Amino acid sequence: MTRFLTRHSWSLGLFAILVILLVATRIIQPNFGASGLDSLARAALPFAFATIGMGIVVIAGGIDLSIASIMAVAGVIAALLMQQMGDASAGLVVLIVLLAGVAMGAINGLLIVLTRVPDIVVTLAMLFVWEGVALLILNAPGGTAAPWLRALVVGGVTIPGLPPELTAWLPRAFVVLVAFTLIIWLPLRRSKLGLSIYAIGSDQNAAFRSGVPIGMTRVAAYAFAGLFAALGGLSITLSTGIGEPIAGPYLLASVAAVVLGGISLTGGRGGLLGPIIAVFILRTLRLDLTLLSVDPNVTTIIEGIIMVAVVMIGGLLAMRGPR
Amino acid sequence: MTEAATGRPLLDASGVAKRFGAVAALKDASLTVAAGEIVALMGANGAGKSTFVKILTGALRPDAGHIHLDGQDRRFASPAQARRSGIMPVYQEPSLIPDLDVADNLRLVDVPVEPFRHWVNELGIADLRLDDPIAHLPLATLRILDLALTLAKEPKVLMLDEMTAALPTDLVERVLTVIRAQADAGRSVIYISHRFAEIARVCDRASVLRDGVTVGDFVIEPGIEEKIVELMLGGIPTRVEATGARIRDAAGAAETPRLQVRGLGAGSKLADVSFDLNKGEVLGVVALEGQGQDELFSVLAGFRRARSGTIEVDGKPASFGHPADAIARGLTLVPGDRKDALLMLRSVRENIALPQLAHPSKWGAIPMRREAARVADAVARLQIDMRAQAEVRRLSGGNQQKVTIGRWVAAGVETLLLFDPTRGIDVRTKHQIYPLLRELAAQGASILFYTSELDEVALACDRAIVIFGGRVVDVIDASQASEQNLMRAAYGLTEAGRQSSTMTEAQP
Amino acid sequence: MATPVETISPLQYAARIIRENPVIPLILLLCALVGLLEGLQPGIFNERWVGNTIRFAIPLAMLAACQTLTMLTGGIDLSAGVVATVSAFVVATLTPLVGGPAAIVLALVPAVLMGLVNGFGVGICRVHPLIMTLGTGLIGTGCLQVYQRYVINTGSEIPGFFEFLGTGRTFGMPNALYLFVPFAILILWGLRRTGFGRLLYALGANENATRLSGVRSWQVLMALYTVVGLIAGITGLLYVGIIRAPSLSLANSLMLPSVAAAVIGGTSIFGGRGSYSGTIVGALILTVLGTLLTLLQIPEGARRLLFGAIILAVTAVYVRITDQS
Repeated sequence: MTRFLTRHSWSLGLFAILVILLVATRIIQPNFGASGLDSLARAALPFAFATIGMGIVVIAGGIDLSIASIMAVAGVIAALLMQQMGDASAGLVVLIVLLAGVAMGAINGLLIVLTRVPDIVVTLAMLFVWEGVALLILNAPGGTAAPWLRALVVGGVTIPGLPPELTAWLPRAFVVLVAFTLIIWLPLRRSKLGLSIYAIGSDQNAAFRSGVPIGMTRVAAYAFAGLFAALGGLSITLSTGIGEPIAGPYLLASVAAVVLGGISLTGGRGGLLGPIIAVFILRTLRLDLTLLSVDPNVTTIIEGIIMVAVVMIGGLLAMRGPR
Repeated sequence: MTEAATGRPLLDASGVAKRFGAVAALKDASLTVAAGEIVALMGANGAGKSTFVKILTGALRPDAGHIHLDGQDRRFASPAQARRSGIMPVYQEPSLIPDLDVADNLRLVDVPVEPFRHWVNELGIADLRLDDPIAHLPLATLRILDLALTLAKEPKVLMLDEMTAALPTDLVERVLTVIRAQADAGRSVIYISHRFAEIARVCDRASVLRDGVTVGDFVIEPGIEEKIVELMLGGIPTRVEATGARIRDAAGAAETPRLQVRGLGAGSKLADVSFDLNKGEVLGVVALEGQGQDELFSVLAGFRRARSGTIEVDGKPASFGHPADAIARGLTLVPGDRKDALLMLRSVRENIALPQLAHPSKWGAIPMRREAARVADAVARLQIDMRAQAEVRRLSGGNQQKVTIGRWVAAGVETLLLFDPTRGIDVRTKHQIYPLLRELAAQGASILFYTSELDEVALACDRAIVIFGGRVVDVIDASQASEQNLMRAAYGLTEAGRQSSTMTEAQP
Repeated sequence: MATPVETISPLQYAARIIRENPVIPLILLLCALVGLLEGLQPGIFNERWVGNTIRFAIPLAMLAACQTLTMLTGGIDLSAGVVATVSAFVVATLTPLVGGPAAIVLALVPAVLMGLVNGFGVGICRVHPLIMTLGTGLIGTGCLQVYQRYVINTGSEIPGFFEFLGTGRTFGMPNALYLFVPFAILILWGLRRTGFGRLLYALGANENATRLSGVRSWQVLMALYTVVGLIAGITGLLYVGIIRAPSLSLANSLMLPSVAAAVIGGTSIFGGRGSYSGTIVGALILTVLGTLLTLLQIPEGARRLLFGAIILAVTAVYVRITDQS
């Protein structure tokens, strides 16, 4: 038990901060309740998916600067196809969008492995490319989202047999996040591929000596990042009901949440629980500042400063680390 | 020793050759290992051992030669393939992933827990937990885990590269016992080590490489050490060439030494080194690979902090947090790898002038004429071939090395730290470098000169210290510095060396 | 070690020419693009068009100087566009309040400040320049929006000097050229003939070697990012003189092309190699290319896609040529 505590001390500390922030929210706004939690979870959903995607490539020792652009592409594909194909085939659209995300991520990874250009340069170039693709698909916000899909991420959970007052507290967006994370990440984390992802990020030479296929693992890590980015893009479209071709502020936010969540930017270290909690901390902080009627622009500045400070402190820690 | 040793060889490599560009790393290497046999693979630094090992384990492809395993001709395309056919190496650097725990590392390479546990216990590590992260374990434990992991995969041929280098004595005992038992159970072991004592204890035969050629194969028997040392050197009779009168200023010895090092320790390898470097002296440093000389030079050049001990420059204590601090006290480094020192894409001139621009007060306009004169002077003194001067990477290795030395000659040498400056460069350049060192010393510079080529001690140095196991085990005057003497000392075969090696092993 | 006899294929030969004189093929490319433009719309090539092209290429070339200088050390400055915008907006809103000269000085203060912060993050905290400058850019944009709320009623005015530089012509050439030429000469000279310039190349070529030679890299990086912030600020002042309408995203559209201009101009994104002359030609090429794409009615999305593809393709080619990764 103590071992569990020391191992997850970072995540537990983050969780404590989150609880304090939520309590603070309740104090600032005494009628903060189910609907407040719902909008918080919905706002956090795309950030959380972006952070998971970014987290996976950072664990593999890389970085994906194009993640926000991939989200934009996924979002507009979803909005456009749902408009054209109708509500009935929205399930098919979701599948197409997720596949497109995997493909975009895999293209990023393949370009890194094949051109031997550093990941940071490749994904910077691909940031522009995917941004262009999103604009070519939809040059102004448009499209629709199927209402029954939107209902999946809006409002509280209803479980037959339990009183709705109880279950309404649990936002559906949060359930969606947990479900996808559990379905994709947990099996991956325990699999040989997941271990290989950690291995190439931790010590590429040792991984090579142990016979890990470095190139393939890297491509797979980027493909998973693409998958989660697509989920993020999809969730934006579902929560706004419209496709937005201009990428949102997800890149820096995801890097900050990854660092704050305890994943080392040098790779190989950390899990996804911490970063997800970090996303909720950053979102709740924004909510609190808004509730305190701080100018939203000042809120942006404060957020920016927190993120830059986190990355800078992370950099200093990495320098003092064992490597 | 064993009956099986006389049987048909399990592994039989012959005529193996490998070139890297213009350099022939291996010319004609061969090795046979029978089932149940332990064979030591020996050779001085640069004899081609590591290339041979890489070829045998599939990390490199040979240009020529055959590798027979169980009588079948095999060519391994990758380490994974070699492993599948039963040749399994334990490399000097651990191949465990630092950020995963032990259990995850096992799953990554498909090793079941039970046999692994068995071998870990057998090798003397009792308190291992499977959820320990690798990064928290000491190096000695990691090497044992690497060995246990390999044993659990039931190798036909086990290849151990300097397996005992980082181990305390009790673990060395366990390892030797276990591999002897492995051999007795019919497996083959290739044992690479610098330690004669261990080789004498467990090995059946020793195969000696020199300059990429297998020059001998001996059955281990008492007194064989001398013969092997001689063979590694090439059987050349002791030759101390007249290196010209090295008249040191009689007063020089009485003066404060330029550099006074006392009890210096750093990292896990440099334990306790003391020496004086006088003005106008070239002091050789002789050591086998990994005896702490890398750490010694890094500390003196300001790249890392010492764990213990003191450094005095001209009688005043010194402590360096950055190479700039060391340079300010006159200590300048020519590192072992030229790639670390040179701006490969920039010109000879920019490379030589670099230290002059380091301080912010020199960031303004460059005095081009003065710089040109200074660079021309260095180029002339070192006879640098300037035909490809626009990009240093197009120069030959020897010329590149001259540029790294020239950088400090242009700046005015006080104390020059040379780390194996002649490795991999042509003979002509070498023989231009030695007189230069003597000339610099004659002008009052002090030079600390680590070399992996033992004849250079007689050619360029006044004295040499021999480091073994992180300690100075011998100080040899240039007139006594025959390669045999140096080699014996470097292998810890002198009395002081034997003591030192037990002391090192006793360390946790 | 004997030098192996070099056998050179035509491709390698071409690669070597490009490596040693990247400006020559770039000028040829520029001429080809101009020729293509003239073919598509005969008569477009005249003094007026040349003047205009140069006028719009200058702020791009100046912002690309920021990228060239940082890229030489293996970095990048993605906050340069925001810095230019901030300076432009501040100068335009403060001129009616405090007068031109004071406004210019006050406008350059945030530019230098952001440069200092970037230098601190990159040089001392060792944050990757890309992430660091992206972050400060975001903060800068936020600050600008807050600032805007306080000056919304003061109106805006552009100092006469920059309006003169931005819009006037002398001897048929835009006045901006008379600011740019000394600027370019200063950068070219600074990179070749000063210790600081040399250290930028050295740091990008091999940081370990500079350390070995006694260079404290944080000092160089602090100074570099501060200088680069100042250059971006001045660019903003000039650009607002050209556009004559301050906005909250004035120079942001120059950001992407400035990176592309430096990359096309032969500056290696890994550091250690490049020249400002190449970047200038790169900026001209992009400006002409922009005209061409407008003429062909290429949508915005395809333009961005093209920029990304160019950066990736050029870098991949440089990796092949220099065999460096």
